[in-house]
Amino acid sequence: MISADISVVLPELLLAIYAMGALLITVYTSKDKAAPMVLLTTSVVLVATAIWIALSGGGTRVAFGGMFVDDGFARFAKVTILLSAAAILLMSQDYMQKRDLLRFEYPILVTLSVIGMMMMVSAGDLMALYMGLELQSLALYVVASLRRDSVKSTEAGLKYFVLGALSSGLLLYGASLTYGYAGTTLFTGIVEAASEDISLGLLFGLVFLIAGLAFKVSAAPFHMWTPDVYEGSPTPITAFFATAPKVAAMALFARVVHDAFSGVVSDWQQIVAFLSVISMFLGAIAAIGQQNIKRLMAYSSIAHMGFALMGLAAGTAFGVQAMLIYMAIYVAMNIGTFAFILSMEKDGQPVTDINSLQMYSKREPLKAMAVLVLMFSLAGVPPLVGFLGKFYVLRAAYDAGLGWLAVAGVIASVIGAFYYLRIVYYMYFGEDKEGLDTGMNPVLWSFLMGSAAVMLLGIINLFGVESVAAAAAATLVN
Amino acid sequence: MDNLLSIVTFLPLLGAIILALFLRGDDEAANRNAKWVAMWATTATFLFSIFILTGFDPNDTGFQFVEERDWLLGLQYKMGVDGISVLFVMLTTFTMPLVIAASWNVTHRVKEYMIAFLVLETLMIGVFCALDLVLFYLFFEAGLIPMFLIIGIWGGANRVYASFKFFLYTFLGSVLMLVAMVAMFSDAGTTDIPTLLNHEFGTETFSLLGIQIIGGMQTLLWLAFFASFAVKMPMWPVHTWLPDAHVQAPTAGSVVLAAILLKMGGYGFLRFSLPMFPVASDIMAPLVLWMSAIAIVYTSLVAMVQEDMKKLIAYSSVAHMGFVTMGIFAANQQGVDGAIFQMLSHGFISGALFLCVGVIYDRMHTREIDAYGGLVARMPAYALIFMLFTMANVGLPGTSGFIGEFLTLVGVFQVNTWVAAVATTGVILSAAYALWLYRRVVMGDLIKESLKTITDMTGRERAIFAPLVIMTILLGVYPALVTDIISPSVAALVSDVETAQAAFEAATMVAEN
Repeated sequence: MISADISVVLPELLLAIYAMGALLITVYTSKDKAAPMVLLTTSVVLVATAIWIALSGGGTRVAFGGMFVDDGFARFAKVTILLSAAAILLMSQDYMQKRDLLRFEYPILVTLSVIGMMMMVSAGDLMALYMGLELQSLALYVVASLRRDSVKSTEAGLKYFVLGALSSGLLLYGASLTYGYAGTTLFTGIVEAASEDISLGLLFGLVFLIAGLAFKVSAAPFHMWTPDVYEGSPTPITAFFATAPKVAAMALFARVVHDAFSGVVSDWQQIVAFLSVISMFLGAIAAIGQQNIKRLMAYSSIAHMGFALMGLAAGTAFGVQAMLIYMAIYVAMNIGTFAFILSMEKDGQPVTDINSLQMYSKREPLKAMAVLVLMFSLAGVPPLVGFLGKFYVLRAAYDAGLGWLAVAGVIASVIGAFYYLRIVYYMYFGEDKEGLDTGMNPVLWSFLMGSAAVMLLGIINLFGVESVAAAAAATLVN
Repeated sequence: MDNLLSIVTFLPLLGAIILALFLRGDDEAANRNAKWVAMWATTATFLFSIFILTGFDPNDTGFQFVEERDWLLGLQYKMGVDGISVLFVMLTTFTMPLVIAASWNVTHRVKEYMIAFLVLETLMIGVFCALDLVLFYLFFEAGLIPMFLIIGIWGGANRVYASFKFFLYTFLGSVLMLVAMVAMFSDAGTTDIPTLLNHEFGTETFSLLGIQIIGGMQTLLWLAFFASFAVKMPMWPVHTWLPDAHVQAPTAGSVVLAAILLKMGGYGFLRFSLPMFPVASDIMAPLVLWMSAIAIVYTSLVAMVQEDMKKLIAYSSVAHMGFVTMGIFAANQQGVDGAIFQMLSHGFISGALFLCVGVIYDRMHTREIDAYGGLVARMPAYALIFMLFTMANVGLPGTSGFIGEFLTLVGVFQVNTWVAAVATTGVILSAAYALWLYRRVVMGDLIKESLKTITDMTGRERAIFAPLVIMTILLGVYPALVTDIISPSVAALVSDVETAQAAFEAATMVAEN
């Protein structure tokens, strides 16, 4: 029995052992000097785990009496999380080393956080959910304030912690209400209690759970922490925040509403649709005035979460598929964009003001072209892959009878297009003046170019993600 | 050749990729190479496209040269042309080499310039060939990116404002169309255009937010498509982006915009709005007809008081596009024939007029009408060519401009006499502003000091105008060249639309009794 359970959680277990082992070894040996080595090993381990999970075959297996579920949906999310975390780790080395931030704890904390995310997406129980969420969040609070001597970074960490604790409180409150009225913490049990005539207490529990989850995906109106934390954290950490945790939180969101509350779709659908529509508009409008590219990306991620939630709001298997595809595309775009942001330097110092991009295309035509592709993809303009993501969620929303949401979404995307265009404008037809340093770390360069190439070529067949996502969604929604 | 349409569509893109990957440096030689690669790519595209025309059977009203491959999400990569689209493909491939030749004097970032135009050509041809809704949208919308850059990088003083306005205006129009496409996909279960042409979208009246929607689903879909195509066309009152874009765009950009990009709106009406939503088109026709009539008169009057030559021609374009929308929504053989003819002929004429402005702009670097006068004394050849296209713009019999305007007016006269009467005054007004422009720029005495050294057109410039002159006169004298190709397809389209409308009317009669 126990061995069967352990075989299900083996990837998480091995990762945890790796994290602990790496921590012990580095603490007792060379500490920060070994940091680049640890970082590299961690990336390799994460990629290897991703490949292992991707190849580990189909089927749904549950462990620990239903608390941990390993199905196609979880595997899809895990592979996305692991790969994006590995990519961000590789990208951060150069930046961190230059600024003397590369501590050996960093890759280890990221690994722990990734384990938390993997627990989240596999959670089949409110306890497991909370455990995964906290493991992920605690590691993130620490890395947000990694730059200990910077006021902004510590502020970001503190803000994230306080607001994160608040949201965890909301979530816990929702979980306890749900437990109180359903009599169980298992999703399989809750789903029986939450059917047609859902009790008011359970409904309250659902609302609080969703509020807590909305905080984690930074959906408006629970987004307030995002711009500050994005701005204050060191840029590689911001890149990490923008990718893996978002996928994990979104997957968890889908898991909770579809596994535990699939009987009351119409009840949560309106909440999710509401979150979606205000996230899209807030993200689009608030980003217009931003000069700091990290804040801009924060609002951009809020808007993108709005779109992903649109897929979720559909409440169908196709909606989940659309959401998964959207998230995969979103992560791919953000990795490229952050690879570029990490390389933005003036006289060796990192800059985040988009004014510094003036006429960038003249000095670095190829890189400017790649950023142009990414910006148009973020804006959802065809023929770039970002458009396909939008198309999938629009289709899902429309099919579910949420035509108004689809219309609101496309209008928000037009407003949002403005600030992506503004970056293109600075790069291509701004004033010619002293700008960014030229040259780029080869690792960042290859991530930037790879991401842009994915955006251009993905339109042909999305690299087969479509069918994988469809299979993943089918295991979650029956 | 099974893949002829794909070859023609993607050949320019191939040229762009070659330029992007293999051309290095930005010295004189590299610039020259960039121009020649672009020239060869567009010319080869034109030559290949001739095979489309020769292989095309006008009497077959279905789609020809069809290619089909599976794509994502049940969508297809499907290409094909019929009598309505084939000539737009030809117009595009014919115009592009001229556009490249007209850009020979560009010195600023030549490589990127040529890449932008080549990519744009691929997207424009794709729009006219696509037989899948989403594929169409892809090409239609992607064209905004190169055009945004063309206006923004190589444009005039106020280019930033113009490029943003161009992008956001047209983007807003088309995203509503995207939602409508999603709705059609959902309703019909396919995005295949030939299937959708035979699909009947619901016409039951329902109420939305308390408003009774007559024609139901069709009307909503029609409105969404209308939002996109009316902006693209552009129709009054959403035309305001066009003068800005035209004035700020470089000459070649203006030519592409006027000659081809505007035609996408008209093509969209013919491909989607009219045949797919015939009932809604019938319901909305009076609105469109009156909007067109107002556009013709109003923008002609506005054109008259312009001081910038490009702006004047831009407003005249809006007026001429008014004839097109009027013809399309008259929905009879003459009207639709005339609309297509008018679009093709406007492609040649307005393209040529923007080139005419470009010729003197290259010399004097101003587009102010007041800065010129009496050019005939030093530029006789220019005066002659400008005269020809001015006359064609006015719609003088013997030029292609006349046929298009006349046919659309005949078509609309049968449907709505008052609209036809109002629109006819536009012909007079167009004569007023065009001839007045010509008088102020070319006629009179050459008194301005700065003009005393101006030179006449060079051989290259004459060579660019020659094909346009030939086409304008040829189509004016022998319009059957075009109508023979388009008429069978148009006849089929019109009869389908009439059948659908008659069926709807019969159904409403039964319901009322």
